[in-house]
Amino acid sequence: MELNNMRWQGFARKNGRIGIRNKVLVIYTVECSSFVAKEITRISDNVDIECVGFSGCTDNEYAVRMLISLIRHPNVGGVLVVGLGCEYVQPEWLANIAAEEGKQHAWMFIQTEGGTKKSINKGVMIVHEMLDVLKETLRVPMSISDLVIGAECGGSDYTSGLAGNVVVGRFYDMLIEMGGTAIFEEIVEAIGLVDLLTARAANEQARDELQYTYYKALDYCKAVRQYSVSPGNFAGGLSTIEEKSMGAFAKSGSKPIEGVLKVAGNPPHEGLWLLDSTPDPHWMQFGITNPNDNEGLMDLISCGCHIVLLVTGRGNVVGSAVSPCVKITGNSITYARMKDDMDFDAGLVLSGDCTLNESAQSLARMIANVASGTLTKSEVLGHKEYFIPYKYQEKQVALPSKCTH
Amino acid sequence: MEQQMAFQINFRDNVATALTELNKGPVVLRGDSLQNVVDVKEHVLVGHKIALRDIDYDEDIIKYGIVIGRATQSIAKGKWVHLHCMRSIYDERSSHLDIVTGKPKDIKYE
Repeated sequence: MELNNMRWQGFARKNGRIGIRNKVLVIYTVECSSFVAKEITRISDNVDIECVGFSGCTDNEYAVRMLISLIRHPNVGGVLVVGLGCEYVQPEWLANIAAEEGKQHAWMFIQTEGGTKKSINKGVMIVHEMLDVLKETLRVPMSISDLVIGAECGGSDYTSGLAGNVVVGRFYDMLIEMGGTAIFEEIVEAIGLVDLLTARAANEQARDELQYTYYKALDYCKAVRQYSVSPGNFAGGLSTIEEKSMGAFAKSGSKPIEGVLKVAGNPPHEGLWLLDSTPDPHWMQFGITNPNDNEGLMDLISCGCHIVLLVTGRGNVVGSAVSPCVKITGNSITYARMKDDMDFDAGLVLSGDCTLNESAQSLARMIANVASGTLTKSEVLGHKEYFIPYKYQEKQVALPSKCTH
Repeated sequence: MEQQMAFQINFRDNVATALTELNKGPVVLRGDSLQNVVDVKEHVLVGHKIALRDIDYDEDIIKYGIVIGRATQSIAKGKWVHLHCMRSIYDERSSHLDIVTGKPKDIKYE
């Protein structure tokens, strides 16, 4: 079927957005309540119940904004927030946000409930009640133009820049032509490409944002003497960060970049966006740029991505909480070796078995299927990774204020 | 023997990426290439780069049509292009890595 005509039933949300999954999130607000939250999730044993949380006792603004964005996420229909009782991050306050969004909501303090067992028993009961209510969620038609898709790469090898990211880039071009929204990240993997980046800006404001964000990342890399390139990348044939950057940048496709999103910020309109997940300067010691792939996926999901794409040459097994993760490799050997984990083989482009357009179209069909309910490999296996670190970020791109007189 | 292949991404590139393990002898070029075949001069692992023409000391290394680094010695056409003969313009650490494994050698941890 023509991609343009594909329709499926999504889950209507009060804020007007449409979800592709209808999940209950069990959220812990401090490490001390994480065991109880994870046990509630494990014992409930349902694909639509999953756990996320933040370990810190301090209410790190960045981390709390991220939790709020997950509560508001269109794939989430209900929220149970579990706190210990003495931490800064307040479960009641988070549950109230879910209530404002018209979602199922509940919260508890383990200290008040009387400890581990009582809290787990109560929690399991609550999430099952929520699932029952969620069966009645209003379904509405949805098409590709309603989708927000995120992409990042990890475990890159020489195929990522030749096939994996290139196919994603071509798919992004199609998605945007059909009126959808695409987000790509990893500004630390754009080092060396400032001219290419700014030349793609949709307007003056976007150009300023891209330039500021690029130099912020470059300053950071210089300061810590560490660029986003690792021994495995070098062993695989990549010689410099510039070479890796170009391979990573390929996943942005060729459309104009509308601007820079900050973590937990929703794209103001459709089109292509760069996500800046690097810390902002004055508290930069709070968290490094890319601690791991799941942190990057969580950043994309916090911006409202329905589905996230993880491009990997060397292979990966992770999935994600909140949004399905489609794992793509440009390396057919990796695909064959890790077939239970990898969703899509873009390596057929390199072997000459299909064209770039054919590959991008088959990826688009796979994504539409996932949106309509087909489980990804990581969903089938039960992968629900998440990672929310301490970090400091401004809410908007911190452009230097222009002199007005 | 399986045909040896490499991929040139952009017409401007002076390097191509090995799609198979390469041994001395002719290599078929795929992608945006003006030459069909290049003679490789040494063993090159899959995913690594070969020089498509003679490259001078301090000349730009070009892949994807953009500068990805600079030659730290002259490189003959058909030779392996990697950490031993090129460097990043930004990342000084990558000039201190083991050329085969990519492992860091610039910090003595103990």
